[in-house]
Amino acid sequence: MAIGLVVLLAASGLARIRAQGEVQWAGDLQGGEPYVFRDPRNPATLVGFEVDLMEALAKKLAVRERFVQNDWSNLVPSLERGDFDLICNGLEDTEALRQRILLSRPYFHFAEQLVVRRGSTLRTLDALRGHRVGTLASSLAHQILRAHPEIEIVLYGGQEEPYRDLQLGRTDAVLLDSVIAARYGLTKPDLEVADPDVARGTYVIGMRKGDEDLRDAVDAALAQLGASGELTRIFTKWRLPELPATSHPVAPEQPPPATFDQAQVMLFFGAAGVTLALTLAGMALAIPLGLLLALSRLYGRAPARFLSHAYIEVFRGTPVLLQLYILYYGIAPLVHFSAPAAAILGLGLNYGAYEAEVHRAALQAIPAGQGEAAAALGMSRGQALRLVLLPQALRTALPAMTNDLIALLKDSSLVSVITVVELTKQMTITAVDVRSWALPGALCAALYFAMSYPLARLAARLEARLENSGEEPAAVPAT
Amino acid sequence: MIVRVEGLQKSFGARQVLRGIDAQVRKGETIALVGPSGGGKTTFLRCLNGLDSFDAGLVEIAGLSIAPRTQPDAPELRALRTRVGMVFQGLYLFPHLNALENVMLAALHVRGEARDVVERRARALLQRVGLGDRAAARPRQLSGGQQQRVAIARALAMEPEILLLDEPTSALDPQMRGEVLMVLRDLAGTCTMLVVTHEMSFACGVATRIWVFDEGRLVEDGPASEVTVNPRSERARAFFRAVT
Repeated sequence: MAIGLVVLLAASGLARIRAQGEVQWAGDLQGGEPYVFRDPRNPATLVGFEVDLMEALAKKLAVRERFVQNDWSNLVPSLERGDFDLICNGLEDTEALRQRILLSRPYFHFAEQLVVRRGSTLRTLDALRGHRVGTLASSLAHQILRAHPEIEIVLYGGQEEPYRDLQLGRTDAVLLDSVIAARYGLTKPDLEVADPDVARGTYVIGMRKGDEDLRDAVDAALAQLGASGELTRIFTKWRLPELPATSHPVAPEQPPPATFDQAQVMLFFGAAGVTLALTLAGMALAIPLGLLLALSRLYGRAPARFLSHAYIEVFRGTPVLLQLYILYYGIAPLVHFSAPAAAILGLGLNYGAYEAEVHRAALQAIPAGQGEAAAALGMSRGQALRLVLLPQALRTALPAMTNDLIALLKDSSLVSVITVVELTKQMTITAVDVRSWALPGALCAALYFAMSYPLARLAARLEARLENSGEEPAAVPAT
Repeated sequence: MIVRVEGLQKSFGARQVLRGIDAQVRKGETIALVGPSGGGKTTFLRCLNGLDSFDAGLVEIAGLSIAPRTQPDAPELRALRTRVGMVFQGLYLFPHLNALENVMLAALHVRGEARDVVERRARALLQRVGLGDRAAARPRQLSGGQQQRVAIARALAMEPEILLLDEPTSALDPQMRGEVLMVLRDLAGTCTMLVVTHEMSFACGVATRIWVFDEGRLVEDGPASEVTVNPRSERARAFFRAVT
């Protein structure tokens, strides 16, 4: 059995899938229509032009096909790890990718299209210097935009959001391929194509190095499917306009793989600054908000008690990721926050709910006699809180608040979903550029630690100072 | 009369703890409130500065009056409480402040007096309770007896017309009770005091009058010589037999 497994692993790609009886192919369902997605009428089955393509391909290879879900931006590392046999998910042919994995012949040709708001005067990449242009992270369009350093690139994880932000005026253009532009951009009446053919690109199937025989088999199968008209039939079914293959270079000159140099390190420091600023600003919002919620829950009238309790349960009981989405995209037609503002607000509102419970617990831990002693001295409730109860509660709450501050430092990485580039996002971008996770990952971890540890030390010193002020420790013996 | 109470009644739910108390105190008197546990002494004392509300009757203290069912956090009680000091059984010094700051806090923020005036008075009061050298100590650096002496100084810093003390020595070890009772003995005569206590030596030796509470009633009211030697009620007689 063990020997059989070793033989299986050592076998070349084609022999391996024949032995398995199936080819495992990966994509990301988040990519949605028309690639590979759940059938809206029957969510148990997957549909899409890539499903049709893989079924046809598997038939030619005389095996079954099985889909493996994988986050789009990590398809290549997962392929290299051996999680599946091939990638078929709008994978774009680039020089950088060629150096890393085996690519099939193209199965689809597309154009990169520049979409703008209807009537916009900024209609070329040159005109967009100094402006914000949206695209998907680690896409061909992303690489094209990076050749224009004057353009401010705004990165997204899904296809819908870039066009949403373009409509809202958060960006001035979106550069993405014609399939996405037709499905997600041009369906919006207030958007139009400014340049329908910025560059050409192709979708290819990706395979591991060493699986050359599988690549050859896939190429042969694709050629047969093309010649028989099967490919055209699939693309027509999915209303995908096939562009004529061009002889001119697919994409602009590919930049050589970046090295992890001083410029990258400086980007990391900048992103760490963003993370720290988000964390401190978020906490600066969360602490007073939490205090307000705790006080109204403990001492407020019935409606205030109910509202603060409801706030705490809702914000604590739903994911901060969802709250960020709603703040930035969901309510954008009503309230228009900038990305950093939405990020700080989202983190602050969420952590406010946690701080509220920390403050409430700390206030409730104070003996009732403290409040009575203050009242008996003629203090108003406000004076008792300010002079007697809150200073004591703060000391109790400090360790938990430090905990939350450090948790927030790490949770702040979630705001990359609303286009803020902070430390973790910078790490993933750099990792793609330099084609390695090791060094960027280590630097990222080091920077997080370099921020969280001093914060923890600072809090510990504050705690010690609050605890130990008073006279010299017991120099005068008690009589 | 610095205290006038008529027909004071209070219930906790179905349990009636004060069943119509009538009592008066003259300025400068020291009254010891004694009697079996659950007799209503502490509740009576807490009604005098509004920390407990009462259901019916009349309370006049230090020239102000409290209406029945006045809630403990009612703003109208604040003026009264600046004239009526209180010392609790539990040690409720403010732990985040040192002894001097504890004594100064209310005079500074409630009465709004100048800091130098308040500090001079606070230091003098700490001196008077024998803790002039521990001004910078935090409560947890002080013994129980020392903490209770600071609490007395804290109450006196508001220059009250009357001081209410609720079992000020019962949370303390026997050797620490003496130092607190010494302070109270020293105060007697200079300040009107109502002291709930089980210290019969203090009640007999220092108080001008002894009040015996039993089952929500004030069953004895008179000088120690009368009340302890020849109590009128059988209950009081039983109580004194038990404690002496």
